[in-house]
Amino acid sequence: MALKIGKSEWEQFRRHGEETYPHECCGVLLGHIGEDGVKQVQAIVQCQNQRSDSLHNRYGIDPRELVRVQREARARGQDIVGFYHSHPDHPARWSQTDLAEAHWTGCSYVITSVVNGLATETNSFNLGGEDDSKYFGDEEIRVE
Amino acid sequence: MKVLIPTPLRQYTGKQASVEMAASTVAEMLNQLTSRFPDLRKQLFTDDGKLRRFVNVYVNDEDIRYLEHERTAIKENDTISIVPSVAGGMSRVRISSCSTP
Repeated sequence: MALKIGKSEWEQFRRHGEETYPHECCGVLLGHIGEDGVKQVQAIVQCQNQRSDSLHNRYGIDPRELVRVQREARARGQDIVGFYHSHPDHPARWSQTDLAEAHWTGCSYVITSVVNGLATETNSFNLGGEDDSKYFGDEEIRVE
Repeated sequence: MKVLIPTPLRQYTGKQASVEMAASTVAEMLNQLTSRFPDLRKQLFTDDGKLRRFVNVYVNDEDIRYLEHERTAIKENDTISIVPSVAGGMSRVRISSCSTP
């Protein structure tokens, strides 16, 4: 599995994490998934973190926003291929909460660690299996 | 009406990204959809036949939870979107106290 992304999109979602620090940011990755499972990101969409109760360590994307993003992406011939969020002052590794709340199997979940307001490490994880046997697998990121 | 199939569920719909259906309620549409693609049933419904909590069904821009749930009426030109929820977040351990950053 691999995630291919342009430098500008890469910088865009990492900057988003810096802008929302010390809160978590979140957004959607749009593009195509190849037959080999490799995802090509063509655009990113920044979303509002709807978790007003715990912005520093939780994120959620309003389903209404997702519906709009999915519909507009389809109109352009693109698909949702993954999501990104940040971990303020925390490693770029998935948490049990991330896994429990992940339901888009075959898609990428990209996490950026933001330390003292600066984006540091970014990792991507592919959600495999089915919902009752799901797991995150490490995924190579190719910035092109 | 057109039903938009999200990326993770396309493996159960023969890779179709959208499906055209004719139904008068959301329940009827879901029933037709899962009859046509039986593997989809387990992904959308619990064993006792309830929509899974993380499965959101929208008629155009409206969440059926704020309409009449699965009894919501639908029309020919409606677009039905199925979107699994997206959420998560880090645990409480902060980077300063973590040995493997």
